[in-house]
Amino acid sequence: MYGVFVLYPLGQSVQFSFYEWDGIGPATPAGLDNWRAIFTEPELLGSVIHAFVLIFFYTVLPVGLGLVAASLIRELRVGTFNTTARVVLFIPQVLPPVAAGIAWTWMFSTDGLVNQALGAVGLESLTRAWLGDFTFALPAVGVIGFWLSFGFCTVLLLSGIGKIDPSLYEAARLDGAGRVAEFFAVTLPGLRGEIAVCATIGTIAALASFDVVQIATQGGPGYQTMVPGVEIYRLTFLEQRIGQASALAVLLAALVLLVIWPIQRLGRHE
Amino acid sequence: MNTASSTRHGLVSRVVILVALMAFAILPLLSMLTAALAPQNSTPPGLAWPEDPQWQNFADAWTAANFLALFQSSVLIVLGVVPAAVAMATAAGYGLAQLDVPGGRFVNALLLVGLTLPFEALITPLYYNLRDMGLLGTRWAVILPLIGLLMPFGVFWMRASFLKVETALTEAAELDGATPWQIFRQVQLPLAVPALSALTILFFLATWNQYLLPLVLIDDPTMRTVAGGLGAFQGEHGTNIALLCAGSLLIIAPSLLVFLFFQRHFVKALLQGAVK
Repeated sequence: MYGVFVLYPLGQSVQFSFYEWDGIGPATPAGLDNWRAIFTEPELLGSVIHAFVLIFFYTVLPVGLGLVAASLIRELRVGTFNTTARVVLFIPQVLPPVAAGIAWTWMFSTDGLVNQALGAVGLESLTRAWLGDFTFALPAVGVIGFWLSFGFCTVLLLSGIGKIDPSLYEAARLDGAGRVAEFFAVTLPGLRGEIAVCATIGTIAALASFDVVQIATQGGPGYQTMVPGVEIYRLTFLEQRIGQASALAVLLAALVLLVIWPIQRLGRHE
Repeated sequence: MNTASSTRHGLVSRVVILVALMAFAILPLLSMLTAALAPQNSTPPGLAWPEDPQWQNFADAWTAANFLALFQSSVLIVLGVVPAAVAMATAAGYGLAQLDVPGGRFVNALLLVGLTLPFEALITPLYYNLRDMGLLGTRWAVILPLIGLLMPFGVFWMRASFLKVETALTEAAELDGATPWQIFRQVQLPLAVPALSALTILFFLATWNQYLLPLVLIDDPTMRTVAGGLGAFQGEHGTNIALLCAGSLLIIAPSLLVFLFFQRHFVKALLQGAVK
């Protein structure tokens, strides 16, 4: 199964990436043309850059704010309220991303909750159709990704804090460490593994994003939110540039590995 | 030092932060719910309980999207994927963890490649291969590749669980004259039940929520998963906010119910498993 439906197509992707093929006629060898195009066609290069911008929203922000929230909350004691909190925070992670895309398309629309809230505090001048805005569309997509992973990260980090040996905190306090020093000396190193997990999941979700972007913007307006996943889909099924799509696909797979590898190493050692 | 008041202060701020986080997590869903209850083709506000909640919007969305067919289709796909994928992942995970399979390290390395592989990286060749196999447009076009794509994670998940089992237990069973199959059935498998059930839920969610594969590999929206069908629904009724929100909530419901029903088990398993 794995061989036929994963490894074999992966090899084919590599092979296709050196050809020009419209999916119907014969394929012609194209050498490195498809690979060169990724770095010269602004639309293709842009999609890769956008994916890296999304890492900030899908990974850096949830882990950063998750750490702040988790160290403020400190522990989830047993109890109905805390169980409820844990379950509710998990919800975005288990929903179909398609539904999240639709929910946030509505949130960000002209009449949506985001604009309603801005209006309520007297900031009508800032209201706009967020996902249709050339400047704000990509950050808006980022917010959706942030929403998807933030709760999960916070719960995971909280459970990690719970596993840190309390005597370490006592020792830090005896040494006269304040809350901030304590955070850097005890909490942060203790959460290495959990942070790596959050970062890995978020980074894969950012680089390989498809569902949310396809539903919310289809890469638009213009190419402002185009990401490799959606671009591969467009190139293959709308533009019939199979070779080009495959080159981007192989690059995407390689980029994911390249970014994940150091994260995993950092998480494992010490 | 008045520890009592500082503890109380800590408790209050803890509750406030948690409530804020929870509000952020469910606000989009609440906003969808109020919109789903607004009159159809109106422009409801972002969040306000409608004066006259239109509960029949859910019924209208159900018929408009042909949800009955979509649900049946999703169930068929889930039944095709989940049991087979769980069984294969268990067998492979057991083999790699407990038996000295020749070439085991090599298999491990191959699976590692697939662990981070984005589905998009394979979708183009998959499309043409399945076309040549004559499976395009059938549910098999989603079921078979999805089993393959879920394998790396599943095998590593089960392998990690089998690796934890004390070798002393297996050795004791061997001394008692148990065959390898008996050891697997009577010693190893019962110990792996928590990991197995967590994997089943994860695979269920991955299949039920799957969007890309059905979108590309099955033309007829009523044969897709609900998530895949919802994409088509959005294209048709994108301007009818009330209907769209009602439809989205309908497809969210099963994921949410499965999660809430198994949440105790699920959160625990995920938190443990994630750190491995």
